[in-house]
Amino acid sequence: METIVFSLLNGVTYGLLLFMLSSGLTLIFSMMGVLNFAHASFYMLGAYFAYTIGAATGFWVALFLAPILVGLLGAAVERWGLRQVHTNGHVAELLFTFGLAYLVEEIVKIVWGKLAVPYKVPHLLDFSAFTLWGTSYPAYRVFMLAVSITMLIALFVLLKKTRAGLIIQAALTHPAMVGHLGHNVPKIFMTVFGIGCGLAGLAGVIGGNYLVTDPAMAYAMGPIVFVVVVIGGMGSLAGAFVASLLIGLLQTFAVAVDATFYDMFGWAGLGQMTEVGRISISSLAPMLPFLLLVLILMIRPRGLMGDREF
Amino acid sequence: MKKFALATAATFALLASSAMAQDDTFRIAYIEGLSGPFANVGDQGLKHFTAAANKINAEGGINGAKVVVEPFDGQTNPRESLVQLQRAIDEGFQFVTQGNGSSIASALIEGVEKHNKRNPDEPVLFLNYAAVDPAFTNDRCSFWHFRFDADADMKMNAITDWLESQPDIKSVYIIGQDYSFGKAVADAAVSQIKEKRPDIEIVGNELHPLGKVKDFTPYIQKIMSSGADAVITGNWGADMQLLIKSASEAGLEAPFLTYYGGGLGAVTAMGQSAVGRVMQVSEFHENLDASEEQLEAIKDFEDEFGLDYYYLRIFTLMDMLKAAAEKAGSNEPTEVAMALEGMEADSPYGHVTMRADNHQLLQDLYISILSDDVPGTVEGTPFGFKTVENGMIDAAATKTETTCKMDRPN
Repeated sequence: METIVFSLLNGVTYGLLLFMLSSGLTLIFSMMGVLNFAHASFYMLGAYFAYTIGAATGFWVALFLAPILVGLLGAAVERWGLRQVHTNGHVAELLFTFGLAYLVEEIVKIVWGKLAVPYKVPHLLDFSAFTLWGTSYPAYRVFMLAVSITMLIALFVLLKKTRAGLIIQAALTHPAMVGHLGHNVPKIFMTVFGIGCGLAGLAGVIGGNYLVTDPAMAYAMGPIVFVVVVIGGMGSLAGAFVASLLIGLLQTFAVAVDATFYDMFGWAGLGQMTEVGRISISSLAPMLPFLLLVLILMIRPRGLMGDREF
Repeated sequence: MKKFALATAATFALLASSAMAQDDTFRIAYIEGLSGPFANVGDQGLKHFTAAANKINAEGGINGAKVVVEPFDGQTNPRESLVQLQRAIDEGFQFVTQGNGSSIASALIEGVEKHNKRNPDEPVLFLNYAAVDPAFTNDRCSFWHFRFDADADMKMNAITDWLESQPDIKSVYIIGQDYSFGKAVADAAVSQIKEKRPDIEIVGNELHPLGKVKDFTPYIQKIMSSGADAVITGNWGADMQLLIKSASEAGLEAPFLTYYGGGLGAVTAMGQSAVGRVMQVSEFHENLDASEEQLEAIKDFEDEFGLDYYYLRIFTLMDMLKAAAEKAGSNEPTEVAMALEGMEADSPYGHVTMRADNHQLLQDLYISILSDDVPGTVEGTPFGFKTVENGMIDAAATKTETTCKMDRPN
């Protein structure tokens, strides 16, 4: 019972962090058809900015400032980078973001060094929120949950309930029409790119101290974000949400499972001490999202909730 | 004309070779992960090597040659480390050192063996200061490999000896990194516990991906629900820090029997919650009795590098290397290796012996526990390690059987 409750809590926390990252990527993709390879780099920048700003002003100011800075940087990248290469087609855009990811990593190494920086959980949140069955649950994780859910609601309201959201949604599918109606479509693109990067930055701010802030963090997070977007369905926010939670839970629960292949397939004649029989489910945890990715692409190529056919 | 060209070429060749012979540096290639998740560990080792080299240079170098330790970033990756080994060899290095990651040490041993077979005139010697897979001094032993750290079996022997005196511990959970070293630790723990304390139940035996897990909470959750009385882990670097961080966040109270609980950053991450619970087996901790001179040396090191003195064995390695080269009267790797075999020396903490049969160093080991009541503290925390009761294991007692059959050069 306690295993289930805690795996659920940890899985949801990790899942929501993933969603914060992938929502931006999904938004950007659905709008411009650009798969932003550098998306996880903005996540990393969020963590580093928060670390540096936080050292001067404290965590709470950094929590607001860092994502905004990352968002502005993202908008600048769109305005002076992506927009220039756009005329050369999607491949050029893809390559551009690919290069950008490397560039950001090297810059981070030069500015902050190759080692992990001591970006710590703020003192105010460094206590255990509650204790269940003798296990305490850190307050910071509750805070992460709260931030993620707030972001989720804010994003929903912005897209579904405001005029700006309507225009953005229209620009997603019919950019030419929106343009003819007198809206500045390039500016909308830039804003959305900025917001998407800002969301990744926010994920970095609250994820950097929960996990680790080092130059390898973007590389570690990058692949999994793409998995989320593909499983959820390219361009579908709701899909990304479901997929994030699914992956978060899948990974945490897999670690908690104390079974080996022998326990599962022993009836089929698999020996207990054979190489294959000794593989445990928990050791497969990091592989499962990718397995799911392959399965989804085979069974339902447009993803769980995507409507774009390839 | 042709004669002239030949003569010129010969002269240049002579000049070049005499320039090589007069080269008065003793160069050691330090191949470690200097970027990536284990970069801080690599950096820490480099500083110890630099300090040891500085000390030797201040005393006149090795056979008059100035010692230079040059870093090569192997990125804690066997393939990249091999690339760096080749680079070092191409640049004329004949001494190589590494320690973080037995998977990498394994690749380097193989690389060095191959190179030495093909280039018997320019052999390379591998000095291992921390990769403790027991295979390197048993089935896979090599004449060109010397290890200055106790291997996983020797350390586990110390831990299980201590377990024998702890009747309260009835179950243990083993968690480790998923590669050769983590597996060696787990295998040693399982077989030795079965032998020495058959009543102890092993309630978990878990491997996690090396350097990839950022949040150990699910693993800690599993340990807690298994009800283990103690946890055994060989984790090092970030994997050690994050494991303990999650354990203290979740309020896990079982003692941790570790190999590297005193490693860089671990004590800071563990904090107060680890006092009286985290134990380590090592050849050194900051509260061992030592001469004034040694205490001074530790203080100098810490002042100069802003880092805790941790790797006693790096200083032992460098001192023995110097002694061996001077005994051989040569800085040539084969002769140094021959002199190193069976060599005995005095470290600031006792007598050490390099076994001739498998190239494993024998040194005193200590089981120590994190305490807040010690004179020597680490990482600016109020904590430090102190030897537990009966925690000192004599060098001779750490000796294990070996299956090594070594091919020696003629």
